[in-house]
Amino acid sequence: MIGLISKETLKTRRLKSKIFKLVSMSSFVFCVIFLAFFLFSLISSGIGEFKRYYINVDILITEKLIQNPYSLPNVEKKYISRAWLRNLPNLIKQEDINIGETKSFLATANADVDGFLKHNFTKLNGEEIKEVMKLQKQGIIVSKFNKDFFTRGDSKIPENAGFLSAIVGSVLVMIVAMGLAFPIGVASAIYLEKFAKDNKFTKFIEININNLNAVPSIIFGLLGLSVFINFFGMPRSSALVGGIVLAIMSLPVIIVSTRSALRIVPESISQAGYSLGLTKFQVIFGHVLPNAFGGILTGLIMALAGAIGETAPLMIVGMIAFVPEIATSLLNPSTVMPAQIYIWSSSPERIYIEKTSAAILVLLFTVFALNLVAIMLRNRINKKV
Amino acid sequence: MITIVATFMILSSIILEAMKFFSKESFFGFLFGTTWAPHDAFLDKDGQFGSVGLFFGTFYISLIAIITAFPIGIFSAIYLSQYASKRARATLKPILEILAGVPSVVYGFFAAIFVAPLTVKIAGFLGLNASYNNALSAGLVMGIMIIPMISSLCDDSISLVPKRLQYGALSLGLTKEESICFVVLPSAMPGIIGACLLGISRALGETMIVVMAASLRVNLSLNPLEDMTTVTVKIVEVLSGDQEFNNSLTLSAFALGITLFVLTFIINLIAVLISRNFQRKYKISNL
Repeated sequence: MIGLISKETLKTRRLKSKIFKLVSMSSFVFCVIFLAFFLFSLISSGIGEFKRYYINVDILITEKLIQNPYSLPNVEKKYISRAWLRNLPNLIKQEDINIGETKSFLATANADVDGFLKHNFTKLNGEEIKEVMKLQKQGIIVSKFNKDFFTRGDSKIPENAGFLSAIVGSVLVMIVAMGLAFPIGVASAIYLEKFAKDNKFTKFIEININNLNAVPSIIFGLLGLSVFINFFGMPRSSALVGGIVLAIMSLPVIIVSTRSALRIVPESISQAGYSLGLTKFQVIFGHVLPNAFGGILTGLIMALAGAIGETAPLMIVGMIAFVPEIATSLLNPSTVMPAQIYIWSSSPERIYIEKTSAAILVLLFTVFALNLVAIMLRNRINKKV
Repeated sequence: MITIVATFMILSSIILEAMKFFSKESFFGFLFGTTWAPHDAFLDKDGQFGSVGLFFGTFYISLIAIITAFPIGIFSAIYLSQYASKRARATLKPILEILAGVPSVVYGFFAAIFVAPLTVKIAGFLGLNASYNNALSAGLVMGIMIIPMISSLCDDSISLVPKRLQYGALSLGLTKEESICFVVLPSAMPGIIGACLLGISRALGETMIVVMAASLRVNLSLNPLEDMTTVTVKIVEVLSGDQEFNNSLTLSAFALGITLFVLTFIINLIAVLISRNFQRKYKISNL
């Protein structure tokens, strides 16, 4: 080795050193640049979805209109979303509006108007475009925060499709997953760390847990399909099956982090407990666990952040169905955020690209926030110990 | 306890389904056949389940991912652990960890919507013909996905190498580059290899990117600009939608799954064993 080096002059060695530093720096810079490009392209294509165009219309309520909302005589009618019109009788009923009254509404503009005003991308013809521009100048077509995106479920009509059913589905699935994985994971970690003897068997388990951590997620989907749906006959596409599958997936993460959290609790604490005559059970639950709680929580949040973005196993258990309603029970068909993203991304209409990006922004925000909390929590614990 | 049960359940349930498959179709035909034409099973003819084409696509796309990810990942780790200041490292490392948590469906969308058209355009500019579902863009994005994981793990194992080894090398008059190449990296090598193996198994099992960016056509070709399919894509294709549990097509997904499982299991096992030994070595010497 030394002989190898000494053949070169100091100059070339210094040059080589510089080049090496440059290479490693540039590869890091590449990562940063890519990250910027990645986030920029997602944000720029998704941000538009959070704003959308609405039309101020005055509508004279008539009996005929309630029976057939599409018979609306207003000029603006052709720019109003069909989904909004379809819902008009419901709105009238809800707000207790009498027949014969004229009422102003803020109607959702259809995808063509929205697409034209945002990106110049439209199926409208020249005359219609002029009309839309005029209406916008008069303040009849206005843009507002798109709260429909957060209050509606999926829909085949693009301007009506929202993300709520996916958000609710994700919450349900996560409740099931963490409700199962957390107690089981913590319990098995306590067992492995405090009760199990250090022999070949526990070593085997340890390697297994580490291994489970890196098994392709789609395999867990196969498990869910064959065991829970095929064998136990649980309903397909339900939050229950999805949750169980994700629980099994996140168990290793929880076990590993709980074990390391238990390990950093100083031995002196349990020694003190024993010297006062406490049983092993009392020491663990009264002293060790409360001290390890922060670390366990970190693991839980990490597992949650990982599970919330998981798609492949959920696809296999059928959670990529079209689900317009918001799930109300664990057995209802439901969808989750990443699955909704997948469904939208495979839709041919261009407006769905915007929707998908917006949905991705929501998902990324959730994941990043969870991770950030976990990392901050961990740093605080590390400082304390 | 439950984890063992889970591992056992995964294995047994999938093996059970795979056994059903192999009782209908020949085992060697599955392993060494090159034609994947399962839909013939619905006709009078027997379906053909040669998985070579699928595994070829999987390995090929993973190879592209690995070629992208390894150099960039390892060099970033070297930068992080050797050149970056302590404060920079404290902020950059969590960012890496957060990035490692970006859901793969996001990368899949990114590959399909932004990267694939870009590669087609660049290839067209160079006078080449690229398919929109080309293996290159799927592999590239997959590589980018595993970079944070690889560099974070490599960074861990590089930082585990005792500083005094490097100081010794520096005091003998080696340049920083030489101290890294001849002292630090060889000592950290087991950890780095472990990280890379984990990266490989991640790439082999990755689903969403290839489902969204690769194609459904089995293609035994070395041209990265052509479309290609992978094992995971086929599993998803076979199993999404309604299916019965007794036909060969559905069961073939389980056969593919078990093969993939065995493959990644072996890789993971090697990775875990290597990095375990490595950690033990330095824990003792640090005492």
